[in-house]
Amino acid sequence: MAIAIALILLVVWSLFFHFASPWYLTPIASNWGMIDTTIDITFVVTGIVFVAVNLFMAYCIIKFRHKKGKQQKAEYEPENTKLEVWLTVITTIGIAAMLAPGLIVWNDFVNPPQDAVEVEVVGQQWHWSFRLPGEDGQLGNVDVRYMSKSNPFGIDSEDPAGLDDILIGDSSTLHLPINQPTKVLLRSKDVLHDFAVPQFRIKMDLVPGMVTYAWFTPTKTGTYDILCEELCGISHHAMRGKVIVDEPSDYQTWLQEQVTFADLQNRPKGDPELGKTNFAICAACHGQNGEGMQVLNAPKLTGQEPLYLKRQLQYWKKGIRGASEGDIYGATMTPLMVTLPDQASIDNVVAYIESLPSEPAEKTISGDISTGRYIYSTCSACHGADGKGIWSMNAPALADMTDWYLARQLKNYKDGIRGKHPGDPYGYQMNMMVDILPDEKAINDVIAYINTL
Amino acid sequence: MNITLLFVALAAAIILWFFVIRRLRAKPWTTEGILERNNITSLPAEKVGLWAFLAVVTSLFSLFFIMYAERSGYPDWRPLPDPSILWVNTFFLIMASICYQLSRNLLNSKNYKYMKISLYLGGIFTIFFILGQISAWQMAYSSGFFFATNPANTFFYLITGLHGLHILGGLFVWIKTALKVWNGLEYNNLNQIAGIRLSIQLCSFYWHYLLLLWLVLFYLLSTT
Amino acid sequence: MAYVSIADKDHEQHMHDPQSFITKYIWSQDHKVIAIQYALVAIFVGLIAMGLSVMMRLQLGFPEWATFITPEEYYQYVTMHGMIMVIYLLTALFLGGFGNYLIPLQLGARDMVFPYMNMLSFWVYLLSVIVLLISFFIPDGPTGAGWTLYPPQAISEGTPGDGGGIVFMLASLSLFIVAFTMGGLNYVTTVLQARTRGMTLMRMPLSIWGIFVATILGLLAFPALLVAAIMMLLDRVIGTSFFMPAMLTLGETSEFSGGSPILFQHLFWFFGHPEVYIVALPAFGMVSDVLATHARKNIFGYRMMVWAIVGIGALSFVVWAHHMYVSGMNPYFGFFFATTTLIIAVPTALKVYNWVLTLWKGDLRLTVPMLFAIGFIFTFTHGGLTGLFLGNVTVDLPLSDTYFVVGHFHMVMGVSPVLVLFAAIYHWYPKITGRMFNNTLGTIHFWFTLLGTYAIYLPMHYIGFLGVPRRYYANGTMDIVDESVQLQNAGMSVAAIIVALTQLIFLFNMIWSLKYGKKAPGNPWGGTTLEWQTPQTPAAHGNWGENLPEVHRWAYDFSVPGAEKDFTPQNEPASDGVPVGRDHGVNH
Repeated sequence: MAIAIALILLVVWSLFFHFASPWYLTPIASNWGMIDTTIDITFVVTGIVFVAVNLFMAYCIIKFRHKKGKQQKAEYEPENTKLEVWLTVITTIGIAAMLAPGLIVWNDFVNPPQDAVEVEVVGQQWHWSFRLPGEDGQLGNVDVRYMSKSNPFGIDSEDPAGLDDILIGDSSTLHLPINQPTKVLLRSKDVLHDFAVPQFRIKMDLVPGMVTYAWFTPTKTGTYDILCEELCGISHHAMRGKVIVDEPSDYQTWLQEQVTFADLQNRPKGDPELGKTNFAICAACHGQNGEGMQVLNAPKLTGQEPLYLKRQLQYWKKGIRGASEGDIYGATMTPLMVTLPDQASIDNVVAYIESLPSEPAEKTISGDISTGRYIYSTCSACHGADGKGIWSMNAPALADMTDWYLARQLKNYKDGIRGKHPGDPYGYQMNMMVDILPDEKAINDVIAYINTL
Repeated sequence: MNITLLFVALAAAIILWFFVIRRLRAKPWTTEGILERNNITSLPAEKVGLWAFLAVVTSLFSLFFIMYAERSGYPDWRPLPDPSILWVNTFFLIMASICYQLSRNLLNSKNYKYMKISLYLGGIFTIFFILGQISAWQMAYSSGFFFATNPANTFFYLITGLHGLHILGGLFVWIKTALKVWNGLEYNNLNQIAGIRLSIQLCSFYWHYLLLLWLVLFYLLSTT
Repeated sequence: MAYVSIADKDHEQHMHDPQSFITKYIWSQDHKVIAIQYALVAIFVGLIAMGLSVMMRLQLGFPEWATFITPEEYYQYVTMHGMIMVIYLLTALFLGGFGNYLIPLQLGARDMVFPYMNMLSFWVYLLSVIVLLISFFIPDGPTGAGWTLYPPQAISEGTPGDGGGIVFMLASLSLFIVAFTMGGLNYVTTVLQARTRGMTLMRMPLSIWGIFVATILGLLAFPALLVAAIMMLLDRVIGTSFFMPAMLTLGETSEFSGGSPILFQHLFWFFGHPEVYIVALPAFGMVSDVLATHARKNIFGYRMMVWAIVGIGALSFVVWAHHMYVSGMNPYFGFFFATTTLIIAVPTALKVYNWVLTLWKGDLRLTVPMLFAIGFIFTFTHGGLTGLFLGNVTVDLPLSDTYFVVGHFHMVMGVSPVLVLFAAIYHWYPKITGRMFNNTLGTIHFWFTLLGTYAIYLPMHYIGFLGVPRRYYANGTMDIVDESVQLQNAGMSVAAIIVALTQLIFLFNMIWSLKYGKKAPGNPWGGTTLEWQTPQTPAAHGNWGENLPEVHRWAYDFSVPGAEKDFTPQNEPASDGVPVGRDHGVNH
C-alpha cells in the first residue's frame, strides 16, 4: 500500500517540482523560439503519459493488492489484441505529434538563410577566439601548418582573402549586431570542443580537421556566456567566452577598434633600443636587468613570455589590472603606465626586456615538494611540465621567476583580487583553477616544487 | 548511409524470417502437453556455435571494411602497390579450401586413405598461405611501406594480420584433428568416426568462410 | 533425439561431480558457480564505481571543501565510473551473472553447451577487470577522457592518464570483448540447441528472451568497440592517424594528420547504442518474470512482449547517431536518426503498458522483489519519457551535453536496470543460496534507493534545462547559474551519499542471510518456470538429478481458472490429458 501512495506522491511531487522549481529554460535571446515550442509539445505529451501510467499503476496496486485473509484470485488474461492495437495507435500518434514539429524545425536549423553573415569561432584548449571575414566578406584559408606564435589562427599568408580578416585573439569576447542572422563556422585547433550559448538554444561541436556550423539570429541585446560543452581536458570547465549582442551602432564602434590579419603582420617589431629609454623608469623598481626586487614588491620580468608581458601591460593601461580593491601593489603600476602611451611603446619595452639576460631568481619559499609535485600536475597542463609556460595556452613562465610574486598572485586569484575583471579571461581561468589550493601551505608546496624545475 | 540501409534490410530480414516461419506467432497458452521442441536446426551445438562465431567475425571484419572504405576517401590516402605474391597466396588458400571439401566428401564415401591425404594437404596449403602472407609483409616493409607511414599501410598489415590470426586459430583445430587421424582410426568405432567427421565439417566450413573473407579483403585491397 | 543427446552428453562428461574445493568453486565449469563468480566480481567493481560517484558528488556539491580532488582526478572518476558501471557491472552482471544462472535452469538444461569456454569467459573477464584496476595504481592513473574515450582528447598529451591509463583501458576493453564473445556464443547456442523437451521458443520465459536477444546484440555490436579500440591503440602507440587529425599540441603542430575523430564516434556509438539495450533487454525480461510471479498473474501480452524485445533489438542498430546530433556529423543524418529513435519508443512504450496491465486484476504480493519491480516501472517510465526529449533532434539541441542528459541516462540506464538487478537478486536469492533474505532490511533498502535516486536525478533534469553543462569540474560563475543551483548540487550530493550508504545495507543483508537467513523452500514465490522446480535447492551440479524436466505449458500459467493452486509449473503435465481452463481451445 505504501508503494501506491509513494507513486502518487512522486507524481504529485514531480508536477509540483516542474511548475515551482526556479530552474527552467533561460529567457530566449535568439530566433529559436520554435525549439522552445517543440520542448513544450514534448512536455505535454510525455507529461500526460507519465501521470497516466503511474496513477493507473498506483490504482492497480491499491485495488488488487493481496489482502490478508481475503480470497482473491488473479484474472487469467493472456492478451487483449484490441487493447494492444489501440495502445499502439495512440502511442504512435503521440510520437508523431512530437517528431513532426521537431523535424520541421531541424530543417530550418540545417539550412541557414542566404543573408546570414559568417563568423568563425575557433576553439582550443582552453579558450575561444574569433575571426570575421572583413570587407571582402570572405575568410582566408587556414591550416594547422601555419600556426605559430605570430599567427595563432594559422591563416595562409599567401591567400589574399585572409589579409582583411578581423582577428579577435585574446579577449574571448565576440560582438554581434542584433537581428542579424549569423552563421558561426566552428573550427578547432586541437581536440573536440562545443560552442554553446544556452540563451540562443543552439550548440555544435568543434571538430579538428573539419569545419562545422550552426546559425541563429540574436534578438536581445546583452552579454551571454559561451560554454564549452564537449569534454576537452582538465580545464574544460574553465573554457569560457562571451557573446555581446549590440545595437548596430555600438557594433560598428566595436568593429572599428579591431585589427586585421594584415595589421598584425605588418605591425613593426618592437625596437629594443627605443624600449631601453622607456625601461629606465621600470628599472627603478624591477632592477636594471629586470631581475625584480622583493623589497619594492617588483617581480622579475626577464625570461617571461613577451606575449604575456604585453597583455599584462595592456591590462594595466585599460584598468583591468591594478584597479581592483585590495590590489595595493598592482595599483602602484597604474600611474606609471603614462610612460607607455601606445602599443608601439609597449612593444619596444617588451623587446628590450626580451634582450636582457635572464638569471634564475632567488628562491625564498620552501615547502613540501612531493605535495607540490602532485598539485603541479594540474598546473602543468597549461604552464608546461618544465614550468616555462606555453604560448598557445596563454600561460606565463613560472620556473625561475620570483617565487614570492607567484605566491602573492595565487593569493590574489584566490581572494578574487585578480581575475574577476570581465576583460581578463585568463585570469578568470586561474580564479577557477586555484580552487585546488585550499590554503597557504598548498600554495607554498606548489611553489616549492616550481622552484625545483 | 548505405551501411545503415544495409542494416535496416538485415534487421527487417531477420524479423521477416521469424514471422514467415510463424514461430513467433504461436499463442503458447492455447496448447498444453509436450510440443516437439522445434529447434532452429537439428545440427550439433558445435556447428551452431561456429555459425554464431562466424557472425561475430563477419561483424568485426565488415566494420573494418567500412572503416577502410571511409578512411580511403580522405585526401592523405596513399595506397601501397599490391604485392603480386598475394595472387599466389590466394591460390594456396583456394587449394586448401578445396582439399578440406574433398576430405569431407571422401569421408562420407568412406574413402579413408584419400580422405587423410587431402586433410593433410589442406593444412599444408594453409601453412603455405601463411608463409606467403609473411613474405608479402616483408616485401611491403622492405620497399618502404612501414606500418605507420600511411593509414593505407596500417590497414593492410592490420586486416591481413587479423585474417591470418583467424587462419592460425583454424590451424590449431586442424592439428588436433590431423593428429587424431595420424594416430590411426578405428573404422568400426562409429563414435570416433562421427567425431572426426564433425571436426572435418567444422574445418571445411571455417576454411570456406575464411577464403570468402580473403577474397573480399583482397578485392578491397586491390581496388583502393 | 538431438535435444536429449546434447544435454545428456554434457551430463555424462562431467556429471562426475567435482569434489575438491578448487574444481568446485575456483576452476568450476558449472554454470551456477560461474554465474556467482561473475556476479561477485561485477558487484565488487560496481562498488568501486559507486565510490567514485560519491567522490564526484563531493566535488560538485561541496567544491570549497573538496579541495583534495583535482580536475584530473575528477575526470578520471567520471571516466572510470561510467565505464565500470556500463560495461564491467551492468553488462557483466546481467549476462555473465544472470545469463549464466538462468539460461540452463529456465530452459531445463544441465549446463551451458560449452562449459569449458564458459569458464574461460569468466577468467578472461576477471583478467580484464584486473587490467582495468591496475590503471588506478600506475603513475598517471587511469584515463580521464570521459567514458566515451573520444579522440583526439583521449590520447593527446595533457589528458589525465595519457601515459598508461588509456592503454590499460583499451587493453581491458579488448579483453572484456573476448570474454563476452566466449560467453555470448555459449548463451546463444544453449538457447538455440539445448532447450529441454517441450520447451518451444514461445514457451521460454521472457528473461531468456531478453538475455538471448541482448546477447545477439552484444555479439554483433562489441566488435565495433574492438575495432575502435584497436585503431585507437595504434594511433596512441605507434602514431598512425586513423582518428587523429593535424592539430596543435602544447604549442606545437602534432605528427598526426588527416584522421577523423567523427569516425571514432560512429564506431563507438554503433557499439554504444546497442549496448544500452544489451543492458535493458535482460532487465525487461527479468522484470517481466518478477512482476508476473508476484502478481500471481500471467504476463500481459506475452507475444507482444517477445516481438517488442526482438523489434527493439533490431532497431537498436539503426539509432546510434542520436548520440551525435551536435557532434558535427552531416546534420542531415538528424532526420533519419530522429525518426528511427522515436519509432523505437513505440515497442518500448508497449512494454511499459503491458507491465502495468499485468498488475491489473492481479493478486499482488508486495514482496521486496515486487517493490523493486514496481519501482523500476516508475523510473523506467520517467527515463524513457525524457529519452523522447533527447531522441528528437530539435529538442536535443538545447539539452544535449547538459545535466538533462546526465539525469536522463542515469534514470533509464543507471537506476532502472539496477532496480531490476535488485529485484532479480532478491527474487532468485532463495534459489541461489537456499536461504531467505531479511525482509525488513530489503524493504529499507528499497525505499532509500528509490526515493534517494529520484531526489538525485529529478532536479538534475531541470538544471539541465537551465543549460548547465555536464562534465564540469566546477561551475564557477556562469550567467545562467545562481546560488540556488549550487545549493541544489549540495542537496543532490547528500542524497547520493545516502543512497550509497543504503547499498551497504543490501550487502549486509546478502552476507548475513547467507548464514542466518531462514532456510528457503524450493519454490518460495510459487514460480512456474523450471528453475523453481529443481529437485534440490540450491540446484545441484547437473541441475535436474536423474531426468531432465519436460515442459508441458507456457511459462505464465498463474491463476488458471479451475486449477487448484494459483500457479501451474511448466513441467506439470495436463491432468488426465484434459486441459484446464483454456479459453482458446486446444490443438495438440
